[in-house]
Amino acid sequence: MSTRVMPFRGSVTSREQVSVFEFSWPVIVFVPLVAVLIQIFIPVKVRFMPIVDLPFMVTIFFATARRNPITGCLTGCFIGLMQDLFAGPSHLLGMYGIALTVVGYLASSLGVKIDVENPGSRFLITFGFFGVHQGIYWVVAHEMLRQAVLWSWSHVAISALANAVIGIFVYKFLDRFKQR
Amino acid sequence: MDTFIGRYRNLIVFAAILFAQIIGLAIQVRRPSDAGDTRLIRFWAVSAVTPVESAVIHSQEWMTNLWTNYLYLHGVRRENRQLRAQLEQMKIEEARLSEDARMARRIQALLAFKEQYVDSTVAAQVIGTSGSDQSRVLYIDKGSNDGIATDMAVITPTGIVGKIVQVFPDSAQVLPINDQFSGVGAALKDSRLQGILKGGANGTTTLQYIMSDEKVTPGEDVITSGGDRIFPKGLPVGKVVSVQPGKDLFLNIRVIPAANLDQLEEVLVVTKITEKMPDVKDLSPLRASDILAERLPTIPTKTAVDAAGNAKPGSATAPAGTTATAVAHPAVTGTPAKPDAAGRTTNKSATAAGATTATNGLAKPKPATPVTGAATTKPKPSSGVASDSETDTNGASVPKQETKPAPEPAPSAPSEPLSTPPTGAPPQP
Repeated sequence: MSTRVMPFRGSVTSREQVSVFEFSWPVIVFVPLVAVLIQIFIPVKVRFMPIVDLPFMVTIFFATARRNPITGCLTGCFIGLMQDLFAGPSHLLGMYGIALTVVGYLASSLGVKIDVENPGSRFLITFGFFGVHQGIYWVVAHEMLRQAVLWSWSHVAISALANAVIGIFVYKFLDRFKQR
Repeated sequence: MDTFIGRYRNLIVFAAILFAQIIGLAIQVRRPSDAGDTRLIRFWAVSAVTPVESAVIHSQEWMTNLWTNYLYLHGVRRENRQLRAQLEQMKIEEARLSEDARMARRIQALLAFKEQYVDSTVAAQVIGTSGSDQSRVLYIDKGSNDGIATDMAVITPTGIVGKIVQVFPDSAQVLPINDQFSGVGAALKDSRLQGILKGGANGTTTLQYIMSDEKVTPGEDVITSGGDRIFPKGLPVGKVVSVQPGKDLFLNIRVIPAANLDQLEEVLVVTKITEKMPDVKDLSPLRASDILAERLPTIPTKTAVDAAGNAKPGSATAPAGTTATAVAHPAVTGTPAKPDAAGRTTNKSATAAGATTATNGLAKPKPATPVTGAATTKPKPSSGVASDSETDTNGASVPKQETKPAPEPAPSAPSEPLSTPPTGAPPQP
């Protein structure tokens, strides 16, 4: 049970300081692993599941809760590479890794500046960063690797909305693992 | 310097991690793994995870089976009755189709065509997906320990699914036909136009490389052409849903897959395909005695003998193709003698009418006598002329036939019980 208090560098919110949460090592290791497992297992039974990106939500959660850009991008890198491992032989290692590294870094940097504990801000963060995630993936796949990846604004918007809504409940559940 | 590093420490670490991954991507692009080759890290990861997935899936299946097969049996009796009725209908349909298949095989034998047969398959359960919108690969719970290898075809009873791309000890990765990296040799069933079925980035499948001056209609079935050397010829692929002019003089034909690729649970992996000549043993004609032998339990002995003894050559009591023989064997193509209602044999319509007779004769078939293995008595081999002064099974001598039977490709082959080819590609005439 440890809670550190970190002063805001920029006073974006009304609060003077924000809590930095810690997690136990089993949680840090197994929650992303379980998220990836669920992500590759559930679509067998649930048809629309590929729209929902649990590893992405977990990255956002850990990054914003710990509020450390280095651990944020490391967590994103770790989760993204795990996703890459199961995504098929045509999917090169690092495609999701790069996307989630950027998302982890940006989310934790943002978490230092604003309050990301309430459902409203969580919704907006998830919605926004999902677009960033998809955009970076598209740049890596289409521009760097010359793969045929379609970009559809409507698809990205619907997926972002779905992830933002589901994310509120996922974050609520993951809050139990916070040590404070 | 220390101040600079301390100030931009986060950014430096972030850039370093990003740079390392970009370098990793560049290395992978420069040295792509060969087909079937699996990177060690992937091998470890998949091997570690798939037993867990497999256990979860199988325990869930077990619970579902326990509920559906032992506890929740509402309406099973009624469903059983419906299925039995359906089975009877299917037997009739199968008999009719086996006749067509025999004809096709005869033509193939005459033309020395080789057929592809699915010799053996392994049933597998789908236990996972890529979990991503961009990749559509599937994981199955059978691997190299079960004889699975790369480039094996994966099918369902309704249509093809994809091919094996990576194999692990207890699991394998399937590239479905709607993945953007997939390609399948396919042909239109009616027009026989051949093209390549490719998946799209959004999960659609299109039949490509068919010239725009060809006529393709929506609703036409698409089957495998066998040209990719992975899928046997003639397996159902899907159905044409739209045809639009594409670029480079080719049509853009959108195909909806026959198999429900979004909700696959069990699949068959084709582990062995053999290519052989059609079995000419099946092509030898059935003799009148075989047909009578099949009918034997229903024929009153005394009456039948008398009736057969009084028969005169060429005196058919019913016109060809409209005979009232309810049990004429459906596969009696080229049978020179056919039984009429009284159990007599006649040599009229020896060749061409065989199919017609079979079709009509199936209007009221005996449910207890399936098509396969119909001949209960083994006739003499190398009969050549099928009904050359036969003695029927009741001991009645049937007069020698005057007309010659249809030429057969293998006259010396013994008359075997009819058999349908092994599971696999229906022969295409």
